[in-house]
Order: sequence, then C-alpha cells, then structure tokens
Amino acid sequence: MTAQRIHIQGGRFIDPANNIDAKQDLWIADGKIQALGTAPDGFKADLSIDANGLVVCPGLIDLSARTREPGQSDKATIASETRAAASAGITTLIGPPDTNPVIDSAAVVELIHHKARQANYSRLLVLGALTRGLGGETITAMHTLKGAGVVGMSNASLPVQNTLVLRRAFEYAATHDLTVFIRPDDPDLSCGGCVHEGALSTRLGLPGIPEAAETVAVAKTLELIEQTGVRAHFSQLSSKRAAHMIARARHDGLKITSDVAAHHLYLTEVDIRNYDSACHLLPPLRSEQDRDGLRECIGTGMIDAICSDHQPHEPDAKQAPFPDTAPGLSGLDTLLPLVNRLANEKLLSLPEAISRVTHLPADILGLDSGKLGVGDVADICIFDPDSHWFVSSETLQSQGHNTPFMGWEMQGRARHTLVNGQLVFSSDHD
Amino acid sequence: MSVDTQAQPTQPVKVKPGNIQLDQNGKLRHFLAIEGLPKTVLTQILDTAESFATPREHHGKKVDLLKGHTIANLFFEPSTRTRTTFELAAKRLSADVLNINISASSSSKGETLLDMLRNLEAMHIDMFVVRHGSSGAAHFIANNVPSHVSVLNAGDGSHEHPTQAMLDMFTIRQHKPDFPSLRVAIVGDLMHSRVARSQIHALNTLGVGELRVIAPQTLLPAGVEKLGVQVYQNLEAGIKDVDVIIMLRLQRERMHGAYIPSQGEYFRLYGMTEQRLKLAKPDVIVMHPGPINRGVEMDSAVADGPHSVILEQVSNGIAVRMAAMAMTMRNPDGSSAV
Repeated sequence: MTAQRIHIQGGRFIDPANNIDAKQDLWIADGKIQALGTAPDGFKADLSIDANGLVVCPGLIDLSARTREPGQSDKATIASETRAAASAGITTLIGPPDTNPVIDSAAVVELIHHKARQANYSRLLVLGALTRGLGGETITAMHTLKGAGVVGMSNASLPVQNTLVLRRAFEYAATHDLTVFIRPDDPDLSCGGCVHEGALSTRLGLPGIPEAAETVAVAKTLELIEQTGVRAHFSQLSSKRAAHMIARARHDGLKITSDVAAHHLYLTEVDIRNYDSACHLLPPLRSEQDRDGLRECIGTGMIDAICSDHQPHEPDAKQAPFPDTAPGLSGLDTLLPLVNRLANEKLLSLPEAISRVTHLPADILGLDSGKLGVGDVADICIFDPDSHWFVSSETLQSQGHNTPFMGWEMQGRARHTLVNGQLVFSSDHD
Repeated sequence: MSVDTQAQPTQPVKVKPGNIQLDQNGKLRHFLAIEGLPKTVLTQILDTAESFATPREHHGKKVDLLKGHTIANLFFEPSTRTRTTFELAAKRLSADVLNINISASSSSKGETLLDMLRNLEAMHIDMFVVRHGSSGAAHFIANNVPSHVSVLNAGDGSHEHPTQAMLDMFTIRQHKPDFPSLRVAIVGDLMHSRVARSQIHALNTLGVGELRVIAPQTLLPAGVEKLGVQVYQNLEAGIKDVDVIIMLRLQRERMHGAYIPSQGEYFRLYGMTEQRLKLAKPDVIVMHPGPINRGVEMDSAVADGPHSVILEQVSNGIAVRMAAMAMTMRNPDGSSAV
C-alpha cells in the first residue's frame, strides 16, 4: 500500500497527552501528523474523512491481549485478532508471553512480528517471558529479547513461586532497563480456585480464590521491587485492597504503575449467577466493594490504565460444568464502549477516559505513540460516541465470542482506524 | 441505529434466566438444588415420598407409574450406596434403568460431556440422574438436554445433593414434624460438603427455628453465616439444647494436616459421644449421611444407640428418590408423566 495523504475533517479532536479537546482538522502524510487546525501549504489529500459528529483520538493501546498464535490458532489468530482490534479502534496490542512456544527466544518474537506485519492491521507488540518456558526456574536472555523488540518482561498468569528466582529476574530486568509486568497471584492461596472466595463461592460450592491471593503477592512483589530497583507494572488488578497497597507504595516513591481490565469495572461475582461460564475469569470477578473500589481508583488515577485482558476461546472451551471450562473473556470489541461508558457515567471526562487507553499505557510501555502532536505517528481512532449497538455473535469481530457482555447494549463504536497513517478499518454502517 | 443523544446510557440489558427447576406452572421440572425451590415444592416432595413409604408388609412392591420410561444413572464419581438407592427407586416405579459409570480414565479419552449427552439422547433416555465432581455439572446438563428430558442431581462437587437433604428432612419430619420449633446443629466438614449446603437451604426453607453449624475455621467455608446459620467453633456450646444433630462425613484425605492436624484431635474436639449427647435435648436425634468413620465423627455407641436414626435415613432415601423421579418425569410431549 502506498503512503496515503489523509485529511480528517470536522471531528471533535481529543488528544489527552497534549490537553486538547477541540473541533479541529488533521492532515496526515508519510505516516505522521503533518498539521493540526490549519492545512499545510499545498496539501493535496488522497482521502478525506468526514468526522462530523465523531471523536478523533489516538488509537487505543491494549496492555493485555492474547491473539492465541502461535500455538492455539483454533481459538484465534494474529490475523483475526489484529483485524478485530482495528475494527474496535485499538491500534496497538500487547501480547503476553504465554504462547506455544513461549516467547522466551528472539525467534518467537520475530515470528509474531512477521505475522502481524503480514496481516497489516493493528500493531502487535509482545512481552518476553521472565523465566524460561515460564517455568519459574531460570531467567531468560532478556538482553537478546529486548534486541528482538519485546516491550517488557512478564511471567503471564503463571506466578514465579521461588522468591529467589523472582529476585534475580527483577535484578536482571533492571540491569537491562526492562519493565516487568506482574499479574499478582499467590499460587498456594489461589490453588484450584475459579471464583472469588466469599458467600457466593460458598453458595455455589465452587473453589474460591481469596483476596489474599492477590494482596499477599502484591506485598511480596513490592518488597522485591524496592530491593531491586526494577521498574514494575501490576496487571489486571481485581481487588480494591491490592490497588490501594500499590497506590500507597507509589506515593512512597516506588517506580510502579498498574492497570485494571475493563470488565472488572462493571461486573462482580454476582454476574456468575447459575454457573455462567462466560464469567469464569482469572483473576476472578470479585465483590461489589472491589468493583466500586477499582472504579474509584481509575477515577482518581491511582490505577493508570485500562486493558481488555482479551482471551478469545472456541465455543467448546466454555461448554462444560463451570470449573471445567477455560477461564478468560473476549474483550477487544467491548474495550472502547466500556471506556466510553465511564465518561457517560461521569466517572471521568471523555478525554480522561481516553487517556487510560492511550498515552498512559504508552508511557508505561515507553512508546512514542498514544498522542497526536505534529510529527507523531498517525495511529488514530475515529469513533461515534453516540452509536448504540448490541453485543451479539453478529456484531463481535473477534474470533472469540466468549463474553459476559453478550446481549448488553453498548454505546460508542469505531468508524475509522488508522495505523501508521494508513486506513486499516472503515465502516459507514448504522 | 445511531441515536443522537447525550443522555445517560441505558442500563445493561441482560436476560434473567428463569428458575430452570420449575415449569411455567411452578411444578418441579428438574431437581438440581434445594436453593431456589419454594416451601410448597419441598413439602410436596415430602408428602409424595410419604405415599411411597409403604408399610413393612408392602415393602419392595412395585408400582407402574414410570413404566415405559428410561432412567440413566450417570455417575462420574464412584458411588455404590447412592447409586443403588436411585436404582431401586427407579425399579420400584417400573422404569427401565441404565447404569453408566464414567471413571476418570474413560472421560479423559477426549469425548466431551456434551458429546456423551448427545449419544445418550439418541438412546431415548427420559431422565438423567447425575453425580459429578464439578459444582454446577447438573445445571450444565439440564441446560443442554431436550425439553422433555429431566435431570436429577445426585451430588455435584461441593454444591448440592438435594435428594440426600430431602431424605434427611423426611426423617426429621417423621420424628419431629414441627420445624419452626426445632433447633438443629450440623457438625463437621461444612467446607467440602454438598450435603450440608442442601440441608441448610432445606431447613431454612422449611422454617426451622434455629440452625447452627459447628466446625473449626478450616472446615467452614467463607461467608457461611450468610446462608442463614449461627456459627459455633465449640461443639459443647453448639449442641446445647438442640433437637437434631447432623454429623457430616470427614473425607480421609482431609484428616492429616491439610485441614485438621489428626483424627485423634478431631475426635477429641468434634467427635460425638454419649457423654456429649447429654448436652442436647433428651429426645435428640442423631443423623449422618454415611458412610460413618466410627471413632472419627462419632462413637459406635452413638451410631448404634437409641438416638441414632442413621438406618432410617437409608431406607427413607428410596421413597424420597421415588418421589423426585415421579414428580419430574415427563412424557415426550413435555407433559407430566405422573
């Protein structure tokens, strides 16, 4: 595809990083923003996008999205999910390292980058494995992985049980100036659990995961972060207490950030009802106090970013008695409307809400994207904040239809998506 | 469908599933859990069971209520006693019975539970009696069978075992019919017990006066008090002046360190002895879902003593299971079979 010269006209331009929320046109060429407000001299657009009534903002950056490739292409593929991301206004996906093979060598990183380039929709960046094979025993060649382009290190959802190995991994990551991403979980405490431990797990007779599985892991990890000086990010917090512990440590000067998955801002354990396997999630949906606490933290900025924690599954994976089903939800399609909803519910202004999925995750990753100043990369989401749609098998673009939001009415839908100044998605229906 | 408005978003639309256990007329459709069933249905089960609990001279005589219907006992966990009473109940109603034991090895051949159900449906089974190690398995099966097929839960994970609870209610009612005046204590491994959960729901629905649970904290599930029980960690205090004591079975693998330090210490603190029984009402009845670990949950003197109704529970199990089968069985057109 040859480089396009694009004029986006008439939209409400929101660029939280530069504190702009105004009706303003954009001119794009060579993959970059050429001008804002006033056309550059002699600019001839190949394509003009009418954005009247629409919001023009940086493309969304999703801190955790599994494309299932390599290893589980029966669930989804890099092509299917980067395409779904583009149609949902998400221009950058961050893939955790628990692919098969695990992302613990440069070859796997290159394979994934290659497939994403071939697909030519949204960007796919990856985290490298903190330990070899995610086994929790030996640290990986982090310098090599960094050279291959990983944007951080993580042991995905498999906690490193040996505290000494964890310490060495943090020290080595610090040596190479890499951020470690931690999904806090004490495996001894969460062992075998599939729902939040409390009155509901007792009533349904399901093995519970206590809040302490998250808070104990946070406490231990915070100590090691302080000792090693590593830059760290806590992923997918599910409890209010853990979020507060992290905020307190940051207030005391630790270099840490955190995110929450969008569904944890809306759902609670009660949504499991009578064993709805779409709500089998890890970390689990917790209590109403936790949900409200997490919302408050996103509102005040104590939690930095919102991710989808996208985990697409084939239908069979959810067709079994609840504890025997695969955990995780398909979240790409609902990320933008759920973030938009935070603004509709007046928890945040729309620019603040957008910042949680654009420049704040970019800052966590150390990326230049997530903002739209002149000269910045033109990764852009143009969405209709008032478009109402229902979540259904027909409207979902991800190959995974496993969402607890099935049947919900959503508000906010991407209309055009640009990656590197190229139009990768455009829809005029509705 | 674009709506031009800045108004507050509409509330999420989510379909509330109705009570899968009841049909439109409020009649029992599947028997999966005590929770969610109204008192009238529980009482109807007890009354129906009463009609099947024939005098001794008629014992074992068949009725042909379910002649021509096929019931499959689908047991994913080993069980002799429960399966046998379900089988006997089905045969006394003149149903055809198919026993299918699915050991862990055969279900690990890769056939999914849904595939297995489809295969069995092709054999025109009218009712599945299901025991499964995963909580929610009976609900899952009930959600995935054709509309005329009924499902009876014979125990799912740590969730519920509703027929066991109803045979316990039946036994209590025979001895002490006025539930609101009763004080009942459930003792032991509440954490893992599906029987206890069903009993708690049944006793509360039938309006029992006071319901206590007694166990060390390691064997009490989180938030158990929200099920409507008083929590005691001391046995002597908990059984004071109670009318009914239900002892729960302690699985062998939980006796050595994981939940309690030893059998000996458990028996010293929570074992039922004749001496301790004196703290309860003079006419207290002692129950146990079986099989008993003598010397762990209770002394033989209690198990075989005058207060024990443990063997009555076993024989009542057949009548209660006959009632559950007769009430839920449907004809192919969906109408009630009985």
